[in-house]
Amino acid sequence: MRALTTLTVTEARMYLRDPSNVFFALAFPTVLLLLLGRVIPGMLEPITDQGPAFAGLRAIDLFAPIVLALAMGTVSLTTFPAVFGSYREKGVLRRLSTTPVPASRVLVAQVAINVAALVVAVVLALVAGGLMLSLAAPEQPLVVAGSFLLGAVQMIALGCLIAALVPNTAVANGVGMLLYFPMLFFAGVWMPGPMMPETLARISGFTPLGAASQAMTEGWFGTGLPAQQLLVMGAWTVLLIPLAAKLFRWR
Amino acid sequence: MPETRRPEPTRPHLPSSRPTPEAPDAPVISVRHVAKAYGAKQAVRDVSFEVRRGEIFGVLGPNGAGKTTTVEMISGLRTPDTGTVQVLGLDPQRDAVELHRRVGSQLQESELPPRIKVGEALALYASFYDRPADGRALAEQLGLTASWDTQFRALSGGQKQRLSIALALVGNPEIAVLDELTTGLDPQARRDTWQLIEAVRDSGVTIVLVTHFMDEAERLCDRIALIDDGVVVATDTPAGLAERVAGGPALRLRTSDDVDDAQVARLLRALDTVRSVAIENGELVIDGRRDVVVEVVLALAAQGITPYDVEVGRPSLEDAFVALTRTPTGAQTPAAGALFADVEA
Repeated sequence: MRALTTLTVTEARMYLRDPSNVFFALAFPTVLLLLLGRVIPGMLEPITDQGPAFAGLRAIDLFAPIVLALAMGTVSLTTFPAVFGSYREKGVLRRLSTTPVPASRVLVAQVAINVAALVVAVVLALVAGGLMLSLAAPEQPLVVAGSFLLGAVQMIALGCLIAALVPNTAVANGVGMLLYFPMLFFAGVWMPGPMMPETLARISGFTPLGAASQAMTEGWFGTGLPAQQLLVMGAWTVLLIPLAAKLFRWR
Repeated sequence: MPETRRPEPTRPHLPSSRPTPEAPDAPVISVRHVAKAYGAKQAVRDVSFEVRRGEIFGVLGPNGAGKTTTVEMISGLRTPDTGTVQVLGLDPQRDAVELHRRVGSQLQESELPPRIKVGEALALYASFYDRPADGRALAEQLGLTASWDTQFRALSGGQKQRLSIALALVGNPEIAVLDELTTGLDPQARRDTWQLIEAVRDSGVTIVLVTHFMDEAERLCDRIALIDDGVVVATDTPAGLAERVAGGPALRLRTSDDVDDAQVARLLRALDTVRSVAIENGELVIDGRRDVVVEVVLALAAQGITPYDVEVGRPSLEDAFVALTRTPTGAQTPAAGALFADVEA
């Protein structure tokens, strides 16, 4: 336990020493939200053409759940797998495997750090959004929280699967980016909520981040339970965790 | 002389040994007929040796001889295809955790995270063990105190190497396995490191040292297994290895200009202990048996001849290395045991 604590504290310090982690994982969701709200014209105007469900909302309000999904994607697809690519490439994991502490403890420490980073990033974004953009509060906070939790679990599991396989930093970053941008697209970063065409929205509902974004959107603005999206996320979780566990190479 | 190169049939892997109390002189490491292939490449063919408690044991050989693979089987990083390895009575694979508590490893080409500081790395690795060494004292001994707050990526090659040695020792191991210990160190740092290794050995730690540096092996090792092409070709003390290939000392000297070297050569050839005399660039090159040096000097003195620039060649580990390892290197290596080329027989 002492070893795991020291390992987690040391890994966390190194995490914070890397400016790209600090920016992308912690600050990026907030920065994006504020830029959208303050720089893009029309974002603060009420939506008028999307039917009664969205009456009284502004375009920027639709971005609250999307930015939460983006925060999940950023942590699990960029900063998290890259650490393992780098550690494998440099022999850090190999060196650890000659100590009495199993290299799997690095995974535990990294998951803890990235979950903490995600929580910080989301709290920052919501507080900033509330104060500076007066974002609407969720209609069903429990649905939002549950969807966020499940969404984060499946995305971290996906991150673990990438971390399990990548041999070096370059591949980790490549694979991460290859998934990151399409997933942001499905999550609605470029076409929030009702602006996404019907067919695309249906496809998006089967992707991990798209399902998370839709489930949180329903919880934020709707009255129903996003059953299909929750099931999709559950399925991804059940698929990805054992797969990552089976494929993980510790050296 | 090469020992047997014939691989013996593999022993059955016995489901044996809890860590047993050892007899006082029992080897702490025993490697028996291990072999290991990577795909089609047979890295280790047949390696056997035993390491005694408290000695510095060298694994010496040319590049690609299978040294690293051999010690990685001791550290539990690789599983032998055939043969057995026992370390402190443990099976490196099955008893991996217990083994890693008691054996510290320094790996070749293994780095630390780029942003970890020296002090953090020592504290982190110390936290892995029940009774760790004092990280600050180790840093002091290895000249790392000034770099305590420096991140790994900002360290010089030599500092990285010294940190990696410190991490192998921070768990207070009974055995330390050090792979290419002084690669990348400057001459002063190498000597400091050798002193540290001797101090560590004197404190009771058994050390397995992989190296391709002759001077390092000669200076540090109590015994050496010389490995070539995946096979142990000889196991002996450094002096013992050297004696295997060279008959005795050899001598070079000059005489003053008014002396006829050809005549001196004839005179010396008549001596019992002299095997051959050659004249090279105005220098007499004498090869002979045990007491050749004294006899030559006395014979010259009796003739009133004063030898100048006397150089005595002792057979070295390097000669043994060249003679006993036959890995083709492209370059033509000198004949076994010949310290100086014989022009005339």
